[in-house]
Amino acid sequence: MTVFLFFTFAALTLTGALGVVLSRNPVHSALWLVLTLVSVAVLFLLQDAQLLAAVQVIVYAGAIVVLFIFVIMLLGVDRRETLTEHLPFQRPIAIALGAIALAEVLFLAGHQWATGAKTVSGVPIKGGGDFGNNIQRVARVLFTDFLWPFQLTAVLLVIAVVGSVALAKRSGERPEGPQTDTRGARETSEGESVP
Amino acid sequence: MGPIIGALEITPSYYLVLAAMLFTIGTVGVLVRRNVIVMFMGVELMLNAVNLTFVAFAKALNDIAGQVLVFFTLVVAAAEVAVGLAIIVAIFRRRRGATADDLKVLEG
Repeated sequence: MTVFLFFTFAALTLTGALGVVLSRNPVHSALWLVLTLVSVAVLFLLQDAQLLAAVQVIVYAGAIVVLFIFVIMLLGVDRRETLTEHLPFQRPIAIALGAIALAEVLFLAGHQWATGAKTVSGVPIKGGGDFGNNIQRVARVLFTDFLWPFQLTAVLLVIAVVGSVALAKRSGERPEGPQTDTRGARETSEGESVP
Repeated sequence: MGPIIGALEITPSYYLVLAAMLFTIGTVGVLVRRNVIVMFMGVELMLNAVNLTFVAFAKALNDIAGQVLVFFTLVVAAAEVAVGLAIIVAIFRRRRGATADDLKVLEG
């Protein structure tokens, strides 16, 4: 059963990933991305990461993909991408580099991993004392060993929120000069014409 | 067929190979596509491959810290998407397009 689930969702993961790369419509790419993310969540479940599977679906497939689709729709870039390439040989070189990277990472994955460290947190995934269920184990390590990085993620999120607000603010609202004002006026007029 | 599948055991190497393929597809997506939003999706694929690797190692080494690290990856991914999409919106306002070719002014 585990074997069947692994191969099924591994195939779905790779199908979704290929769909992301090969779809010419960005909205289709976003929907293929949902397939990949949900399949990876199932693969998390197969490896006793129940909490991460839930978080993967909620945060990734819920929030991040919705954000992607929101921006695609906001900008109106959901038209097909022209496939004319301005740089010569860019695409074959990219695919060749990808093949080399695949060979390299497969080589690394097929061999013994470098670190021999058995444990750093002392909390195993399953068994080994009364550590509770998956959520309790993650919480125990997250709020003790990783408390300082956890606090730093709060700072990081605040920086990201403030930065994105500052970046996405309409430049026309800032008193910068006549050039900025005309650009802002053009944006609003064109923005209204887009349905 | 049944006994073959029954005898097969999914070791962490299977997950590592899958993650390697996912990472490569994401890399090629970033390199080949010119729509910046789809390039971002390629970055998301790469991050998911790394998450899969983390969880596979957590299972292999029987250590929950690997799963905790995925949390930090998720936070970084969320922050990256928020800031990146804001940058894309800013580029689109200025250039009326969101492909990598619209950023040619950045070349030295």
